Amino acid sequence: MADELESPAGALIAPTSASSTDRFGVLSRSTLLRHTLAALVGFGVLWLLITSFSDYRNSSWIAPIAFTVCAAAGLTVLVGLSGQISLGHGAFMLVGAYTLALVQEHWTTSHGNLAMIGLLAAAAAGAALFGALVGVAAARLRGPYLAGATLALALGLPTLPSYEKLSGKLGGNAGLFVSSPNPPNGMDLYRWQSVICCASAVVVLWVLANVSRSRVGRSFRAVRDDEIAASLCGLSVPRVQVLAFVLSAAGAGVAGGLLAMIDLTAGPQAFPLSLSFGLLAAVVFGGLGSLAGAIYGSILITLLPLWSQDITDALSVHSHKVSSNMPLMVYGIVLTVAMLAVPNGIQGLLRSLRLTLAPGRRR
Amino acid sequence: MSALLEVQDVTVRFGGLTALDNVSADITDGEVVGIIGPNGAGKTTLFNVICGFNRPDTGTLRWQGNALQRHQPRQLAGLGIARTLQGLGLFPHLSVLENVMVGATKHARAWIGSALLALPRGDRDEQQLRKRALEVLSELDVADIADRLPGQLPYGVQKRVALARALVADPKLLLLDEPASGLSNDEMRELADLLRVLKKDVSVLLVEHHMDLVMDVCDRIVVLDFGRVIAAGTPAEVRDDPRVLEAYLGEEVTDADG
Amino acid sequence: MFRFLNLTLNGLTNGMIYAAVALALVMIWRATRIVNFAQGGMLMFTTFIAWDLAQVHHANYWVALVVAVVAGILIGGVAERVLVRPVENGPPLNAVIVTLGLLIFLQALAGMIWGNSQAHSYPPAFRFIGYKVGDRTLRFSPNDLFIVLSVLVVVIALYVLFQRTSLGLQMRATAFNPEVAGLLGVRVGRLLTLGWALAAGLGALVGVLVAGTSSGYVTPVGPFDALLIYGFTAAVIGGLDSPGGAVVGGVVLGLILSYADSYISNFIQTMYALVVLIAVLMIRPKGIFSRTSERRV
Repeated sequence: MADELESPAGALIAPTSASSTDRFGVLSRSTLLRHTLAALVGFGVLWLLITSFSDYRNSSWIAPIAFTVCAAAGLTVLVGLSGQISLGHGAFMLVGAYTLALVQEHWTTSHGNLAMIGLLAAAAAGAALFGALVGVAAARLRGPYLAGATLALALGLPTLPSYEKLSGKLGGNAGLFVSSPNPPNGMDLYRWQSVICCASAVVVLWVLANVSRSRVGRSFRAVRDDEIAASLCGLSVPRVQVLAFVLSAAGAGVAGGLLAMIDLTAGPQAFPLSLSFGLLAAVVFGGLGSLAGAIYGSILITLLPLWSQDITDALSVHSHKVSSNMPLMVYGIVLTVAMLAVPNGIQGLLRSLRLTLAPGRRR
Repeated sequence: MSALLEVQDVTVRFGGLTALDNVSADITDGEVVGIIGPNGAGKTTLFNVICGFNRPDTGTLRWQGNALQRHQPRQLAGLGIARTLQGLGLFPHLSVLENVMVGATKHARAWIGSALLALPRGDRDEQQLRKRALEVLSELDVADIADRLPGQLPYGVQKRVALARALVADPKLLLLDEPASGLSNDEMRELADLLRVLKKDVSVLLVEHHMDLVMDVCDRIVVLDFGRVIAAGTPAEVRDDPRVLEAYLGEEVTDADG
Repeated sequence: MFRFLNLTLNGLTNGMIYAAVALALVMIWRATRIVNFAQGGMLMFTTFIAWDLAQVHHANYWVALVVAVVAGILIGGVAERVLVRPVENGPPLNAVIVTLGLLIFLQALAGMIWGNSQAHSYPPAFRFIGYKVGDRTLRFSPNDLFIVLSVLVVVIALYVLFQRTSLGLQMRATAFNPEVAGLLGVRVGRLLTLGWALAAGLGALVGVLVAGTSSGYVTPVGPFDALLIYGFTAAVIGGLDSPGGAVVGGVVLGLILSYADSYISNFIQTMYALVVLIAVLMIRPKGIFSRTSERRV
């Protein structure tokens, strides 16, 4: 799956060939077929993985990776393809989580699986709507101004549920209750959550891969590279930028909805600033603009907290202070070193490695 | 014959500075019109007014007889006006082919729905854009570098790519901002030949410093100095105009680039 | 009316703090065209150093303050040389991410050394209890007066440095056009480092001042992040390019937050800053005091 999904973002550095993929026949001609096949294969592999663990506790990391992928994939499209920055993508996750909780509280009567798909779609839509709002403002802002505004958003939004006039509706600091999905017969809740998260991640990746591969993705990159030239080509720069924000926020909204579904709450505590920083670290680490990179990066930032106790133990520093700050430390180092040493991330490294190993591949 | 584009009495001020002072000019179908003048004469400002980057304080623009008011740069392609930029303005991380495909935006039919769901319609659209882009690249003899990034190419070739990106939109009017700057003599001769071929399908308005090229290819020339039109007419008329000589006196030596 | 007076005094005190943070951001922006998102982290770290000296090792308040400022100057200079220099002329996104990386690194390091669980209190320079007017107590204490005066002194000192000394002239020339300044014999690299060092030293002073207020405390994550946002908002009100604008912006923001806090709700302070920030940016995408620049085509 990773290899298939690389192609759209691959164009960021190595442009896709004009006419070189004919050997795959119909697959090369139909994006729909190619991406859908990749998505099905990917989901199949994940299904096997989820069901192969005899004890769910050994697979508890799958669901968090999967929902992180949803948010990171959206963020990498925004930052890497459209060239806008968001230091506060956790805010969109928060909106997704609260949308899901509110819709569930007020409008749903069943807890069936159809209802759940609807709830996740609502989370995506709620975040997308909020993304449109932020995007309209963002389209007027550049570089550090946009960075500062999104940072303020991620810091400010989680305080809103505590506001006296809203705390009744938003549950204050404790947040809102979210009821758990009903697993089908023969499957435990944790496994079912993993299945839902993985299916959502595959759908989000499928959509974003379609977009990246399409003319819309090309417009994102054109606007990122040169706004004036893009407008002379007939593109509406603000419209393209808002669209990128909407898509990106929708991905984060799904992630927030899934997080709420696993935690059984939608509360402000789940969306600290470090979450937004972690997402940014994930996409920078994986290589900006690369969906495959968003997957690697999400794996890294999800597993890191689980490993950090082992890392500190291995360093013979048995300190909770050290181990609890280890993930944050690694995010900081990853962000800085990646920008200074490997500005193209893992995906860029892999690509340049492949180009050195097989130089004849390009005409 | 009625004019394709008419600029009537346009004045543009930046603060206290008058960049354009009652400038009028026009271009009709199949014409190549050159705009020349010393540095700071207002040539690029005139282009920017036509493109909607700057608004005239007074005066009007007419496109095919209709007034252009508050038009945005992105609407130009739809109107049938394409422009190349002085600094090339190629998208550095897009391949040559993709650059030209972005230029063909106005021919695209499928949009966000097909993109989200990867509908076959979007694929057909892409095929069609790709075909168009490759055709224009072949016409300009640069189809072989379609997969390369602009930064890997010599300057003269990049200029052709920029031209291809403008032409792929099938414009009625092509605005060229210093098309010859940075070109070798051979490349400049090729450009002159190319412009003569192009004028069969498209009118060309060009800002240029290289007098040889301007005298060679232009049907008419407008001379600007300090934001004012000081002469206009055929190359022969302009060449002999004493005001033009005066404006250019001393300029020939220092005038290397824009 | 008395309440309004109190809110105004409180807003002025906080506003001076925001003004100082904004000024530090503006100095760095003018030197290197980078918004230093690590500003809050840097001043958090130096404040922890001072706290460690004052509370754990019982050092004198002023010794701790001076050590913090010196540490700030060092951190700022080293950060510019090692981390910022390589991305100074690159895409703005890279610089944003590098300063963000430094912020996160400093937060993690402080957490590793001093722990995240406790909010440490910091001794004030002077007493907290407000001045008395008749039989009523103002919300303005000797400590607040100290804060206002310290920031004022620093602002005036910086003004003199920039406007009246040849070093200041060189710094302004570098901010205006580094290439030309370099050709004129200004050692641009050193001045950029100096700009960062001075800004970080100013930040360190602010950190200690804030920590010593009645509501202040020291933790790796939290109050200092918000301080960055307030400082950034103040700087943007001022246009990022204008030191005077930054001071005005800080005071304006301090007053707005103080009134909103009391008259609306004190749970959503950062939301007010966000609203002010967005409102300012929507009207003037580059801040109120900025000169608009013609977009080059």
